[in-house]
Amino acid sequence: MSVLVFAETTGGGIAETSLETVAFARGLDAEVDAVVVGELPHGAAGELAEHGVRTVHHATGDAFGAYSGAAWATAVQAAAGQSRVVLAPGTPRGLEVLAHLAARLDVAMAANVVSVVPDDELVVTRQVLGGSVLEEMQLPDTPALLAVAGHAVEAAPAPAPAVGTVRELTPEVAPADLVARVVSVEPVEAVDSSGLTTASVVVGAGRGAGGPDGFGAVSELAELLGGALGVSRVVTSLGWRPHHEQIGQTGSRISPDLYIPCGISGAIQHWAGCASSKTILAINTDPEAPMVTKATYAVIGDMHEIVPAINEELRRRRG
Amino acid sequence: MATVPATARVVVIGAGIVGNSLVHHLARLGWRDIVQIDKGPLPNPGGSTGHASNFIFPVDHSRELTDLTLDSMRQYKELGVFTESGGYEVARTEERMEELRRRMSSAKAWGIDAELVTPDHVVARIPFLDKDQILGAFWTPSVGVVDSLRAGTLMREAAQQAGALTTVPNVEVVGMDVERGRIKRVRTDKGDIEAEYVVIACGVWSPKLARMAGAAIPLTPAVHQMISVGPIPQLAERPGEISFPIVRDMDTFCYERQHGADMEVGSYAHRPILYDPEDIPTIEQAKLSPTELPFTADDFDPQLEQALELMPDALGADGAEIRYAINGLLSLTPDGAPILGETPEVKGLWSAAAVWVKEGPGVGRAVAEWMTQGWSEIDLAHSDIARFYPHQRTRQHVRARTSESFNKTYGIVHPAEQWASDRGKRLAPMHAATSAAGAVYFETAGWERPHWYASNEVLLGEYGDRVVPREHEWDSRWWSPIINAEHLAMRERAGIVDLTAFAIFDVVGPGALASVQHIVVAQADVPEGRLIYTPVLDPNGGFRSDLTIMRLAHDHFRVVTGAAHGMADLKWFRDNLADRAAVVDVTSAFTTIGLWGPKARDILGRLTDDDISNAGFPFFTCRPIQLGSVSVLASRISYVGELGWELYVPMEQGARVWDLLHEAGEPDGAVPVGIGVYGTTGRIEKGYRAYGFELDAERTIVEAGMARPRVKDADFIGRARYLEQREAGPRSVLCTLTVDDHISAGGQRRYMLGGEPIRTRDGGPLTDGNGRHPYVTTAGSAPSLGKHLLMAYLPPDEAYVGNQLAVSYMEQLYPVTVAAADATPLFDPDNARMRS
Amino acid sequence: MTDVLVCIKRVPDVGGEVTLTADGQGVDARHVGFTVSEHENCAVELAVQVAAATGGRATVLTLGPAEAVEQLRSALAVGCDDAVLIEVCEPGSYGPADVAREIAAVVADRGDELVLLGNDAADTGDFQVGIRLAHLLGRPVVNGVRTVAVTDGVLVARGDGVDGVETYELPLPAVATVLEGGVEPRYPSLKGRMKAKKAPIDTRAPRSAPAGSGRVRLLLPPAQPSTVDVLGEGPQAAAAVVDLLERMGVAR
Repeated sequence: MSVLVFAETTGGGIAETSLETVAFARGLDAEVDAVVVGELPHGAAGELAEHGVRTVHHATGDAFGAYSGAAWATAVQAAAGQSRVVLAPGTPRGLEVLAHLAARLDVAMAANVVSVVPDDELVVTRQVLGGSVLEEMQLPDTPALLAVAGHAVEAAPAPAPAVGTVRELTPEVAPADLVARVVSVEPVEAVDSSGLTTASVVVGAGRGAGGPDGFGAVSELAELLGGALGVSRVVTSLGWRPHHEQIGQTGSRISPDLYIPCGISGAIQHWAGCASSKTILAINTDPEAPMVTKATYAVIGDMHEIVPAINEELRRRRG
Repeated sequence: MATVPATARVVVIGAGIVGNSLVHHLARLGWRDIVQIDKGPLPNPGGSTGHASNFIFPVDHSRELTDLTLDSMRQYKELGVFTESGGYEVARTEERMEELRRRMSSAKAWGIDAELVTPDHVVARIPFLDKDQILGAFWTPSVGVVDSLRAGTLMREAAQQAGALTTVPNVEVVGMDVERGRIKRVRTDKGDIEAEYVVIACGVWSPKLARMAGAAIPLTPAVHQMISVGPIPQLAERPGEISFPIVRDMDTFCYERQHGADMEVGSYAHRPILYDPEDIPTIEQAKLSPTELPFTADDFDPQLEQALELMPDALGADGAEIRYAINGLLSLTPDGAPILGETPEVKGLWSAAAVWVKEGPGVGRAVAEWMTQGWSEIDLAHSDIARFYPHQRTRQHVRARTSESFNKTYGIVHPAEQWASDRGKRLAPMHAATSAAGAVYFETAGWERPHWYASNEVLLGEYGDRVVPREHEWDSRWWSPIINAEHLAMRERAGIVDLTAFAIFDVVGPGALASVQHIVVAQADVPEGRLIYTPVLDPNGGFRSDLTIMRLAHDHFRVVTGAAHGMADLKWFRDNLADRAAVVDVTSAFTTIGLWGPKARDILGRLTDDDISNAGFPFFTCRPIQLGSVSVLASRISYVGELGWELYVPMEQGARVWDLLHEAGEPDGAVPVGIGVYGTTGRIEKGYRAYGFELDAERTIVEAGMARPRVKDADFIGRARYLEQREAGPRSVLCTLTVDDHISAGGQRRYMLGGEPIRTRDGGPLTDGNGRHPYVTTAGSAPSLGKHLLMAYLPPDEAYVGNQLAVSYMEQLYPVTVAAADATPLFDPDNARMRS
Repeated sequence: MTDVLVCIKRVPDVGGEVTLTADGQGVDARHVGFTVSEHENCAVELAVQVAAATGGRATVLTLGPAEAVEQLRSALAVGCDDAVLIEVCEPGSYGPADVAREIAAVVADRGDELVLLGNDAADTGDFQVGIRLAHLLGRPVVNGVRTVAVTDGVLVARGDGVDGVETYELPLPAVATVLEGGVEPRYPSLKGRMKAKKAPIDTRAPRSAPAGSGRVRLLLPPAQPSTVDVLGEGPQAAAAVVDLLERMGVAR
C-alpha cells in the first residue's frame, strides 16, 4: 500500500506542518510518497527522504506559478496514482487542495484528523466543534483523503531514511481551474482602531478596578508592554470604560501572545472572547476563579497592589 | 487549593444577594463560625442575582413584601449602591388605570410617596416615550436601581472583617446528613462541614439542595426573558448607568430600563417556561451562566412590537441593535411568596429562597433575626416555609400554580381571585351534596370550600334589597349577593356550614397540659370538656396565631385552627412541646360541620336524645353526642354569633351527618351556608378578629382589643412582652367603622374590599404609634345591620366611637364613622344569641 | 445587480463543557441553544452588503430541521431578503457531498450569481461544502476570504494568504467561502426582527437520499487538569512576573 502526502514549502524547505503530515503518514504502515507543487527549494527533496518519503512528485508548469487551489489539486491528482490515502496538512492550502481533489474524485474527505485506525474501511479520529469533541469517521472510498490537524503528531526523521527519488510532473491544467487565482498580494496587516484584536499583549480589567478611576495602573502596564487595554462587560455596562474596549461574547475576541486579566473571574462570556490567547497570566484574589485555573500563569492577590508593583519593577529594570 | 472548615456554627449555602445579606446580618447579630459556600466563583457565582435587572419598585399590594423591599432599599442606600431613577407604571387601558388607583391605596397604606400622573408628566421625563400609547401612569419617585453584586461583596466583607465569616467559593454540595431529625453535616467536594445550622440560600437550586436532606423547598426555576437594545443615542448622550425613569408597561407585562447606552426590555408576557432544578446546566455546561439560558426569540417577538410602540424613537433608533438577549432563570413559588424559615422536616435546616433582588437584604436581616431570637421585626408569616401542606410541595402543584401565576406578575389580580389550576385536590366528604346544591367553591389550602350556594338564589327574592346588591363589577367580582341572603337566613332560621378545611391536631401525653400552657396565652388548665379560645404569641409578644382548643381529657387537647396557617401552627406546637408530649395531626380524620341560628337547637334535637339544653350543654363546652348511630364530638362555639355547634364527625360519616342535618333542618327552613358568611359577614358583625387580617406578628393583644382582665400565672411564650404591652398601652387600636355614604363621583355605589387607607374626613394622612398608616384589614357586608363594615387599626386618639373619618377607595374619599373602638360586636353586643 | 445566496448551518452554541447525546451521535444542546458559526455571520453580513451595493437580493439558505427556521429568521433580521429551508429530518446523516448536492440543486433552480458560505461549519469542520458546490455548478471558488465586493460583474475577494493579504478577482457566477474577521456582523434591530418574523420561508424537500457523513460516533477528549503555574502571592510576585515578561520577550 502506498500513500501520498501533499507537502507545502516555505522559503527554506518543507513546512513543519507538512513534515508532521509525513510523520503521520508513516504511522499508516505504508510506503509514503509526497507531492510538491511549484518551486522545490534546494534540499527539500532530501529533507523529505530523511523523513521517510520514497518518491517526491514535483509538479511544475506555468499553471502553478500563482496559487490556485483547483489547479494544484490537478497536480496532486496526477501524483496520486494508486495511492490508498492522500494526506494534506490542515493548513488553509492543504485543506483547500484536498477538498478540490475530493470534489473531483467524488470521494470522502476528513479534516482535522488526529489519529487513524487502519481497517477494511479506514476509520479516523478527528476534532470537531473546535476540538472540544472528537469524531470517529469512516472513509470507505479510495483514495481516502485526510487533512491532518496541526500538532497531531510531531515531525521527526524516519528511523530508516528513504533513498528518495524526485519524479518531475507537468500535468495539464484546465483553464477553468485557473479562473480563481491570486491577482495581487499586499504584505500589510489589518488595523483596528483600538488595537485590541491585534495587540500582542492585552491587559484586562474587570469590576475589581472599583470605578472609572481604577484603571490607572492597568493602563500603565499595557503602555509599558506596548499592548492594549481590554475590559469585561460589567465595566462597559457601568459606563466606566468605552464599549470598544470590551472583551467577550458581546465585545472583541482577542488572540494575543499574552493576556493579563486583572480582577476578572473568567465568566464564560468573557472567556469566549479571550480563549484564543496563547498565554494567560491571571491576577486574581481567588485562586479558584475560572480565569486562574485555566491560565498558564497566575498571581494570587489584589490587582491594586500587584499591578503597581509590576509597573515599578518594569521601570526599575529599564532604569 | 481552598478547603472548607471542618466545623461551623452555621453553613450558608449560596453567595447571591440572599446568602450574602444573611451572613452579614448573622455576623451583625453576634454569630461567629459562619461558613458560606457557593458552587460558583465570586463575586458572581452564576445564580439569578448575576443577571437581575436590579431595579426596585417599592409598592406592592402585600404589606410583607413592601416592608421587606423598603428595608432592602434602606440597606442598599447605606451600602452606597442605590441610584434613584424614579419609575412609572404606565397604563394603556382604563382597566389598568383603575388598578393604578388601587395601587395608590397600597402606596398610601404603606406610606410610600406616589402619584397618579398624566402622559405629559411621563414624556416630560422620558421624551422618547409615545404619549399617545398611554392613558396615565403611577409615578414613584423613589424607584431606583441597585448593584446587587457589589452589595453582596460589601456585606460579605463586613462579616469577614468582623471575624465571623469564612467564604469559600467553587465548592459543590454533594450531600447533607441528618441525624435524629436534625441537620448534622454538609458534605462537599472539598470536605465535610459539621454544623448546627444550615441555610439553603441558593435560589433556583434550592429544591435540589433541600432534597439532599429529605426536605422540600417548593419552588420552580422559570424563565424571564430580557433583551438589551443599543446603542441608543438618546441614552448615550447622558452619563452614567441610568438617568431616565424606569418604565413598567403594565398592560404588555414588560419593562424598559436604561442601562448605559442600552435599553433593557424584560418580559413577563411569554408562555411560562419552567425548568426542573436538575436540568439547570452546570457552570461548565452553560454558554453564559447557569441561569442565563439561550434566548428563545419566538417567545419574545410579540413584546418587541409592543416595546417599539411605546418607545419608537429610542428602540427604533438607527444603529440600535439587540446586543444581548437571555432567557434568565428566576424562582417562582405556588403562591408567589418567598420560602423562608426552618424546614418542617429537618431541625436546623433553614430556607431563604425565592427572593428577588428587591427584597434580598430585607430578607437577609429578617431571617437572621428569626434564627437569632425566634422572631423578626418584619412579620414573615406569608413567607413561612411551614405554610405548605404536603400536596402543595408536589412538583405537579408547583408547576401548575407557577404556570398560572407567571403571567400575573404584572397582572391585575383581584384580592379574592381564585386559582384555576390544580383544583379539586382536597374534597370534603359532603362534596357531592354541596355540588348538587350548586356550591361555588373557593379554595383554601387545597380544600374546595363552598363560598355560597346557587340553590340559595331563591332567598334573594325573599330578602330583596336587604342583601345589598353591588353595582360595580370590580366590587362584585368573586362575590354574590347570595352570601348576604344566606347570612340573613342563618340569623332568622339556621345555617349549615361545611368547615372540613379546619386543621385539627391533638396534643397528647403526660406533658400535654404543660405544652399547651406554655404555648398559648389563655389558661389551659380548664376542666375536661371546656373550650379555650386563645391567641398564640411569639417571644416578642406578636401574634403567631389565634385558635380554639378543646380539653378532651387530662392529657389530651384538641387544637382547631384555620386551614391557611394550619401547617405553620402545627410546626409551632411541635417546636415548643414540653417533655413527654406529642402532637398528632388528625386533620384528615375529621370533618367539621357548623350548625348555627335560632333554630339550631330544635334541629339538632330532632337527631339526638342527648341533653342539649342550655343547662345540659352550656356555651363554650364540648362533648360527644349521638346522632342516631353516629357519634360526633359537639362543641358549643360560634364564629358567627349564633346559637349552635361545631360537630366533629369522622370523615367517613361526614356525608351522612350533612344529609341528616339538612333533613332535620327542613321544617325550620335551614339552608346550607357558605364561607362568605362564616369568614366575613357573620364574623365582621361580631367584630371577630382573624389571623392574617387583623392579627399578625406586628400587632399585640392590647392593640387588637383582646386583652383579658387577668394574665395567667403560668409562663407562656411572649408573656413578658405581653405584660409590657399591657403596661405601655396601645400604639394603635383596632376599630370597626361603618361606611356612611357609598355613592361615588360617578354615581355608583361602591363597596370596599380591604386594603384601603383610612384618612381624615378631608383626606389627610393618619399615622399610629407604630409609624403605620391605617388601612382596612377586613371589609364586608353586615346584612343584619344594613351596613358595610370596615376594620382598621387607628391611632389611639382617633379610636373613639363617633369619630368621623374617610376611606380612600380607588382614589375617592368615602365618609366613615368609628362604630366600635374595641372588640364590642355591632350585632348582638351582649352575645345573647350565642348564649341562649 | 447581484443576487447573493448565503448558506448557513444550525449548530449547537457550545461555550464550555460539551455534553453528548446518549447515542453518541450528537451534542446535547438543551442548555446552550443553537447558532451559526462566526464565519457564517460574517458571510451573511457580506451578502447583505453586496446585495445592497448592487441592488440585488440576499437570500439565506440552510439545510436542516424545521427548527433551523430560527437561524434563517436571525439572518432575515439582519438584512437578508429571502430564506430557503431544505428541510430534512436528520441533518446529521447529510455529509458534505450530500449538502453540496442539495445546495447546487437550489442554485441551479434560482440562479443566484454569488454563493457565499462559511469557511467551515462550526460543528463538523469539514472544509469542503463550498468547493464541492463549485464543482457541481462548474463555477470558480475562492476560499477563506474576509471581504467580498462585486464591481462590474467581477467578484473581488480578499483574504489572508501566506505572504500577506491576497486579492482574488473572478467573474460571476462564483462561489466564495468566508473567514470571520473582515466585517463586523450586525445584531438585529427591533424592526429587523419584526420584519423577519413575518417573512415567508421557501421550504423545499431534499432532492435525493443522503450518502452519509461517515460518522461512527462522537466522544469527548479526556479532561485537561489545571496546569496553572502560580508565580506567587501579592506584590512580592512582581519580580517573578517581570522575569516571565522578559522571558516571553514582551518586556522591551
